[in-house]
Amino acid sequence: MEALVNQLFAGLSLGSVLLLAALGLALTFGQMGVINMAHGEFIMAGAYTAYVVQGAISDAGVSLFVSIPLGFLVGGLMGVALEATLLRRMYHRPLDTLLVTWGVALILQQLARDIFGAPNVEVRAPGWLSGSVDLGVTQVPSARLFILALSIAAVVGLGVVLRTTPLGRRIRGVVQNRDLAETVGISTRSTDRLTFFIGSGLAGVAGVALTLLGSTGPTLGTNYIVDAFLVVVAGGIGQIKGSVIAAFALGVLQAAFEYSTTASIAKVLVFVVIVVFLQIRPQGIFSVRTRSLV
Amino acid sequence: MSTQRTRGRLLRAASLAVTAAMVLTACGSRVDDESGGQAAASCVDTSGDSVKVGFLNSLSGTMAISEKTVHDALQLAAEQINADGGVLGKQLDVVSEDGASEPTVFAEKAGKLISSDCVAAVFGGWTSSSRKAMLPVFEGANSLLFYPVQYEGLESSPNIFYTGATTNQQIVPALDYLKEQGTKSVFLVGSDYVFPRTANKIIKAYAKANGIEIKGEEYAPLGHTDFSTITNKVKAAGADAVFNTLNGDSNVAFFKEYRNAGLTAEAMPVVSVSIAEEEISGIGLDNLAGQLTSWNYYQTVDTPANAAFVDAFKAKYGDNRVTSDPMEAAYTSLFLWKAMVEKAESFATDDVTKAAGGITFDAPEGTVTVNGENHHIAKTALIGRIERDGLIHTVWSSGKPIEPDPYLEGYAWAEGLSAS
Repeated sequence: MEALVNQLFAGLSLGSVLLLAALGLALTFGQMGVINMAHGEFIMAGAYTAYVVQGAISDAGVSLFVSIPLGFLVGGLMGVALEATLLRRMYHRPLDTLLVTWGVALILQQLARDIFGAPNVEVRAPGWLSGSVDLGVTQVPSARLFILALSIAAVVGLGVVLRTTPLGRRIRGVVQNRDLAETVGISTRSTDRLTFFIGSGLAGVAGVALTLLGSTGPTLGTNYIVDAFLVVVAGGIGQIKGSVIAAFALGVLQAAFEYSTTASIAKVLVFVVIVVFLQIRPQGIFSVRTRSLV
Repeated sequence: MSTQRTRGRLLRAASLAVTAAMVLTACGSRVDDESGGQAAASCVDTSGDSVKVGFLNSLSGTMAISEKTVHDALQLAAEQINADGGVLGKQLDVVSEDGASEPTVFAEKAGKLISSDCVAAVFGGWTSSSRKAMLPVFEGANSLLFYPVQYEGLESSPNIFYTGATTNQQIVPALDYLKEQGTKSVFLVGSDYVFPRTANKIIKAYAKANGIEIKGEEYAPLGHTDFSTITNKVKAAGADAVFNTLNGDSNVAFFKEYRNAGLTAEAMPVVSVSIAEEEISGIGLDNLAGQLTSWNYYQTVDTPANAAFVDAFKAKYGDNRVTSDPMEAAYTSLFLWKAMVEKAESFATDDVTKAAGGITFDAPEGTVTVNGENHHIAKTALIGRIERDGLIHTVWSSGKPIEPDPYLEGYAWAEGLSAS
């Protein structure tokens, strides 16, 4: 029983990590169709933001809460810079975008190496986030509980923005029909830029959160980028809720497979499941329904 | 434009993105051997008042984090040897090449150092795959490689000197220590590649012969970042100790998870063989304090040679730098080569290897002796505990240098291991 609960929590927790890493991508890739290979490096930038903030504010708890909005800002601004300088010249050219952003990713990694040094740096977790919380049946690490809460908060926040604000309506309008949105007077340029800001900012937040679990180094982002793309593709392009379900499903699957086999085999099995799933449902869990006749 | 078509394009883009992400991120870990050595007459030029040596370390790519420190230690050794009059009266002229964390690049650059730079010997390499890729090059050209990192054993090339530990100087002593402490069961955690799997094979054979129970054996892919399941398994198994052969970033995630799960160094110590002084700050002292390591050198080793080494290193590279086992082994390797050359009174490979047996050097780790048969060196094994000062302090020592035994022929329980 305890093992089952433990593994279920491990799966949900892994799912929340995947979701945090993939949420921004669900927006930039899923909604705008931009393949941004540098998304992982925006995550890394968020992690280094946490490191820099901790250098200035020594209290780990305070610095964590300062880092989260600051990480959002850093990631977001980097995203806007990338969008404004390179990506806007190559919408509708996915292959070129892929290569260009991959190059940007490498440059950013080396930049991190030059600024912060090649070895990993340490970001301390606040006292109340190390150790575990007793949930009666079992104990769960509090850092993982925090990330689970943070990822849910990020999804809810994003959902509220997309559904209730004028900006959200504009974003959804542009995603569903760019030409028509433009015709009714929505500035698709500025909408694109804001979408990219939010998506990249979410990567920064993911970076801050990931310092609680893993290493903070130049290659941090590359560890997550493949899984993040998998989540978005399996979830269905253009739908945030698909990514949420896909992230938690993949997390629970990985944890279950890993418990009964090994970490390497589990990874293979998860890939197999995704391949089979996409054979049956190539559009992912959800897809944008339209009345288009073509 | 139609949304249907948009979606079709997006889906194609999606599969393209995932494939590309996997291919591109896999680039860093591609491993394939390349034998490129052609037998050629040595072109080493010893006529002038200097002689060339090659340093071949990864200065870029994922391994740069570790290999750069080895490169620094080698530079220091060359500087000191030159200040002291050189080797056979000749100044060392260092040619540095970047292995770029790619075994194929190591093989290629080794060939370049040997045949176009005409170096007398090459120092470097870190991963076993880089060494295995270079081996045929050095054997083909009959040149010399000094390899400074602990490794999985089961190798001895006439053209390579192994100045790091082989298994009976690191893993076996760690097991001896655990047994002495009354450890009845261990859990094995490692990265999924050759070193941890070979090490664990040895550990299992030892455990079987010594009545230690193996409670579990888990491997994580290199770069694995989520250790909650593995930690759950470790916790549920309740072993007396954990033997950790994880490599790289995975250690950070593992130790954070281990601590968060409420596991402690007191209740279930982790013995690591890949964490040295350099890695401690990145993993975080809070997560590591009290855990054990097994090496042959720590910055805190109390010998006059080490005091001088640490002082010189900090003077050259800064006070905040630390020294570690592979750095010390690299530093020592240059002095061992110098002693071999001076005994042989020749830079020629055959003369040097003939003179190698019995060469000793008062290294920072203590006196080491070259074994002329298997080209490894006798080293003292030290079990250390990571303390609050960010350094590793010796808690147990083998007392005397252990003769290298890469094929574990001297251990009855290890019979049949080298064959498999």
